[in-house]
Amino acid sequence: MRLELQKRPQSSKALAYLSPFIALGLTLVAGAIMFTLLGKNPATALYTYFVEPLFDPWARDQIILKATPLILIAVGLAVCFRSGNWNIGAEGQYLFGGMVGAMIPIYFNDWQSPLLLPMMMLMGMIGGALYGYIPAILKSRFGTNEILTSLMLVYVAQQLVDWLVRVPWRNPQGMGFPGTKSFNESAVLPDLMAGGDAHYGAVFAILAAVLMWFMLSKTLKGFEVTVLGQSPRAGRFAGFSARQMTVFAFCLSGALAGLAGIAEVSGSVEKLDDKLSLGYGFSAIIVAFLGRLNPLGIIAAGFILALSYIGGESAQIMLGISDRATRVFQGMLLFFVLACDTFIHYRVRFIPTPNKVNA
Amino acid sequence: MEVWVSIIISVCAASTPLLLAATGELVVERSGVLNLGVEGMMIIGAVTGFSVAQVTGNPYLGALAAVAAGAFFSLLFAFLTLTLVANQVATGLALTILGLGLSGMIGEGFVGQPGIKMQALEIPLLSDIPVFGKLLFGQDLIFYLSIALVFGVSWFLFRTRAGLMLRSVGDSHTSAHALGINVIRIRYLAVLFGGACSGLAGAYLSLVYVPQWVEGMTAGRGWIALALVVFASWRPARLLVGAYLFGAVTIAQFHAQATGIAIPAQFLTSLPYIATIVVLVLIARNRRATIINTPASLGKPFVPDH
Repeated sequence: MRLELQKRPQSSKALAYLSPFIALGLTLVAGAIMFTLLGKNPATALYTYFVEPLFDPWARDQIILKATPLILIAVGLAVCFRSGNWNIGAEGQYLFGGMVGAMIPIYFNDWQSPLLLPMMMLMGMIGGALYGYIPAILKSRFGTNEILTSLMLVYVAQQLVDWLVRVPWRNPQGMGFPGTKSFNESAVLPDLMAGGDAHYGAVFAILAAVLMWFMLSKTLKGFEVTVLGQSPRAGRFAGFSARQMTVFAFCLSGALAGLAGIAEVSGSVEKLDDKLSLGYGFSAIIVAFLGRLNPLGIIAAGFILALSYIGGESAQIMLGISDRATRVFQGMLLFFVLACDTFIHYRVRFIPTPNKVNA
Repeated sequence: MEVWVSIIISVCAASTPLLLAATGELVVERSGVLNLGVEGMMIIGAVTGFSVAQVTGNPYLGALAAVAAGAFFSLLFAFLTLTLVANQVATGLALTILGLGLSGMIGEGFVGQPGIKMQALEIPLLSDIPVFGKLLFGQDLIFYLSIALVFGVSWFLFRTRAGLMLRSVGDSHTSAHALGINVIRIRYLAVLFGGACSGLAGAYLSLVYVPQWVEGMTAGRGWIALALVVFASWRPARLLVGAYLFGAVTIAQFHAQATGIAIPAQFLTSLPYIATIVVLVLIARNRRATIINTPASLGKPFVPDH
């Protein structure tokens, strides 16, 4: 038996909306198999992972906290990926943005002003955009492969932040732990709800998603993104510049990743330390695809991925399931999403192998 | 002199995993497929190699299992991109993310355990020759294999009929298909070969280079291997130069850290990554060489019209 693909005369609209859900369903089935192999009751495990956190106010707050950077980074990546630019170094732009944004409260630790927070957010965005500009300019000027350069820059950013929080910016009263002094109150992004951890970054994330959705679907710039992504040749005839688009897409997604970084620093950690990155930049790639590169879909996808992080934590505490299972889940999810995408454009037919006839 | 011999041997050890993974990926890319999952296949190879060696007590069985695991893991990528024509870039990333997660889970029980090192082969008499004896006749089996593989692949690609077919598939899958070549089958085989090489590269890390299981121990080497293929402009022999250059940078960086030079360790650690970027820029500036050698169908999906 073999598989044969037949191009659909028109892409299936229904499947375009259904495919992320089918992918989620398949991931759950695969997850159930995985938990069974680990010797756990799959029903209990999946319930702990994906349902229980929804009923717990503390967990809900944590989900919003985790979804914030994921959504912010992923909507930027959606613009990048749609335009045919493969920015996989969002993790680096997130770190660099967080670092640049943190400079003011680090150097002027006592300065209090209502201007401080907007300045920090702006600097975070500039930092992220500048870091995204490096692979973009290398691609547009020299034709360097942006996948590899943007990824290499992640390692460089990790080392840079690691050095900063250990040597020049280390808090002298920090008992030798890596990390800067804690920020003063006016440098801390306010919480959404009193007593919670989720902060106003979540509002930025929703705003960014709506703005990006508007840009992509209602403006000429959005049209340019789509045309250049689907057919650079057609874009050239329309007078669009692929090189400028590379710079635009990278700087935009870098800025959003940088904003995610500084929002995390200012709203959640309240200082810069060596644990800023939990791999959000990479998980955001999964979020972008699960949301089918649609900013509004990405909001939902961001919450789903955030749920998997929180569910993973509680599954570890309550059932003794390794928290690495979360990453396996996320990887499988991306596989299923990509596989399901095929069915939007193709009909898949199974063709039985003809029996060999003995002459 | 003794010091230099040991330094060169450590350069070999740092270069071998890069060389192996890059050789595999070169064949994959020559067939027109871009598999960005090298990092994921490597780490699966590393954890499989380590755990099988721990259980059986035999590092060679570990390496064999790693080869099989890498190939098996790459099958996932092949099925998605070749049979279901999913996007190759995204699927490669998925392979890396899944590999890193899965290896962390498999290897959880092995963290901190002392590994079983694959011993160097000491060829009697020959390895006793001063200086060159140890370099040429006193290294581990995988090292020799990696060198042989480069020349083997070079011969295969440019001197055999099957190699010509593979390159033709990479340069124009439609023409190859029209000539009756089974494009998808050749690409499947190429991806499997790439997976096997990456698996072995990973096993080298956990059985020879470190030898231990550390989560995420590939540390971007899979990505550097991908860059090496570009650096070599898809020519196997040039991979040797590239891989050993990077191995040398890695070792130089270790030695600089050990001497307590007043440069932050973090800066030295990031040197190989910065070097990769610089090299990629230098290579890309030479556009003609790049365009001539790049497989023309690289990364493009192919759906056969039956």
